[in-house]
Amino acid sequence: MSDIVPAASLIPADAPFPKAAKVALGMPQLRANLAHATGTIRAKRAKVAGELDDWERLRDTASAVKADVQRRLPELAVEFEQNATAAGATVHWARDAKEANEIAARIVREAGAEEVVKVKSMATQEIELNEHFEAEGLKAFETDLAELIVQLAEDKPSHILVPAIHYNRTQIRDIFEQRMGDAPVGLTDDPAALAEAARLHLRRRLLSSTVAVSGANFAVAETGSLVVVESEGNGRMCLTMPRTLVSIVGVEKLLPSFSDLEVFMQLLPRSSTGERMNPYTSVWTGVREGDGPQDVHVILLDNGRTGVLADEVGRQALSCIRCSACLNVCPVYERTGGHAYGHVYPGPIGAILAPQLEPGKHDDLPYASSLCGACYEVCPVKINIPEVLVHLRQQGPHQAAEKAAMGAAEAVMARPRLWRTALKAARLGSMPWRRKGFVRRMPWPVSKWTVSRDLPVPPKESFRDWWKERDR
Amino acid sequence: MSARDEILARMRRALEGASAAPPVPREYRRSLDAEVDVVAMLIDRLVDYKANVHRGLDAIPEALGGAVRVAVPADLPAEWRRGSAEFVEDRGLTVEELDGVDAVLTGCAAAVAVSGTIMLDAGAAQGRRALTLVPDHHVVVVRRDQIRGHLAEALPRLDPTAPQTWISGPSATSDIELQRVEGVHGPRRLDVVLVD
Repeated sequence: MSDIVPAASLIPADAPFPKAAKVALGMPQLRANLAHATGTIRAKRAKVAGELDDWERLRDTASAVKADVQRRLPELAVEFEQNATAAGATVHWARDAKEANEIAARIVREAGAEEVVKVKSMATQEIELNEHFEAEGLKAFETDLAELIVQLAEDKPSHILVPAIHYNRTQIRDIFEQRMGDAPVGLTDDPAALAEAARLHLRRRLLSSTVAVSGANFAVAETGSLVVVESEGNGRMCLTMPRTLVSIVGVEKLLPSFSDLEVFMQLLPRSSTGERMNPYTSVWTGVREGDGPQDVHVILLDNGRTGVLADEVGRQALSCIRCSACLNVCPVYERTGGHAYGHVYPGPIGAILAPQLEPGKHDDLPYASSLCGACYEVCPVKINIPEVLVHLRQQGPHQAAEKAAMGAAEAVMARPRLWRTALKAARLGSMPWRRKGFVRRMPWPVSKWTVSRDLPVPPKESFRDWWKERDR
Repeated sequence: MSARDEILARMRRALEGASAAPPVPREYRRSLDAEVDVVAMLIDRLVDYKANVHRGLDAIPEALGGAVRVAVPADLPAEWRRGSAEFVEDRGLTVEELDGVDAVLTGCAAAVAVSGTIMLDAGAAQGRRALTLVPDHHVVVVRRDQIRGHLAEALPRLDPTAPQTWISGPSATSDIELQRVEGVHGPRRLDVVLVD
């Protein structure tokens, strides 16, 4: 049995992406786990998406519905508020993470509780609700299996859908044995045995907790309903058993009408876990007497979303339904994992969402991509991630050395004779590396380039020379 | 300014001058082809996600699989209460009582063949949500006329504002190496009884 070293403790969270990625790339177990898991899910997704002959039409509709939601966000938010309130829910609004956390903590206190059970939720990760509760003397217990693994390991999530994707079954067994406190004796690394251990560990708490905190996958304006999509039943437990339920929902999660679920509930499960339908979906609208929580709260969260909305190109990032298909197909994510991105939203969607939600931070993330476009192809709501990446690169700051280099290149390329001479010089200068084919390190200022990329050696013959010589 | 007013003002400011969104195309499928046998497809998809499938009301005792105490919603039809089990009506059973029964027997609101999904909306013979959640074994009766091929055909059968649970197979997780394994917090055994 090995000691538990949380991956997030090894990868510097505040470091720029190239530096953090380099650390992650040096972790062979992490890379093997990621390659295995993303490979599995890619195959599953492709199979079930391929079963639907109208997949592309569904994507077109979903994309258009989300664009319409963004354009009508104020009216839909108010419509949701009215309908949820009429159904017995209390709707709160939070400008930022701090405000959302304070409202949630106040509700928990007023319910007379010090502990809550939690359904997996990206919004609560984003606002660091668990940490805030901890500081306030409240305790949030994650009940999703992967979140439980991450919480026990004192690690950070590395994937939107499967936060413990960077651990394999043996590592998970070790975490349970060392940290769970009540792990069955002789626990094996059979996934079914690990799931059983989680059931036993959480059952009493799930049946007796008085307050639960959740997010929502969708918020239906027309009815004031919330929708949570899950697999294990921990979601149903949290949404059903406690007396008080607090749901923290980003304003972009709105859908105009209940019938829109006929589109999104085909796309989401097939894109995320690669299933025709996830095991459990819960839909609730305010309070139903004698059935489930009798004290229902919804916190509508901005936290940077209205800023994203203002960018005509960038706002499509608000269409994201957090399926994580883009992570699973991304050649960069597959190699670095989620921690290197230094944000709760990693991968291609994180690379366009993080710098927009927190302007001025994460300006390096739009560069954490080869612009191969695989993310766009699988995105169920057709977010043109490469387009937004390029847009953000154009808007972001550029280093003085890069600007100078581009300026010099422009001047040289504008003069054919000078350009020919420069090419010749480059060919001669790169002679020592010709056999190797690339240069790994160069002195400053070119080191800015070679720190994260290899510099290719120019070919023996330029196209111009070849063209001139071809008839001889 | 209240948080509400400020957020709404930010939204309106962000959208200043934005043109209206183009109309939403709705070209996708809303039903399966007429020749598809939806019952056969439903069975295929249920079995694929490790649910057990039975046919006819006479199969209810077999589906209950030797359960001694079976919780039922108070409005469960009398003719479904078959076999030697003790049927305990939910008239406000406590959590402990629900946790103590061997199985729960209910009906449903609709079923979707293409994804093997059974939908509950707290309507007739379905009971409240805790009833079908806490017991470890759920037996659900699906009538032929409740089965629809496509999700878009099933949604209109639901009461949109009632508490809903859509169930596709027993409780499962894909959290360990992205492999689906059955059995976490929801009922670990799901038996479906198809009746005419």
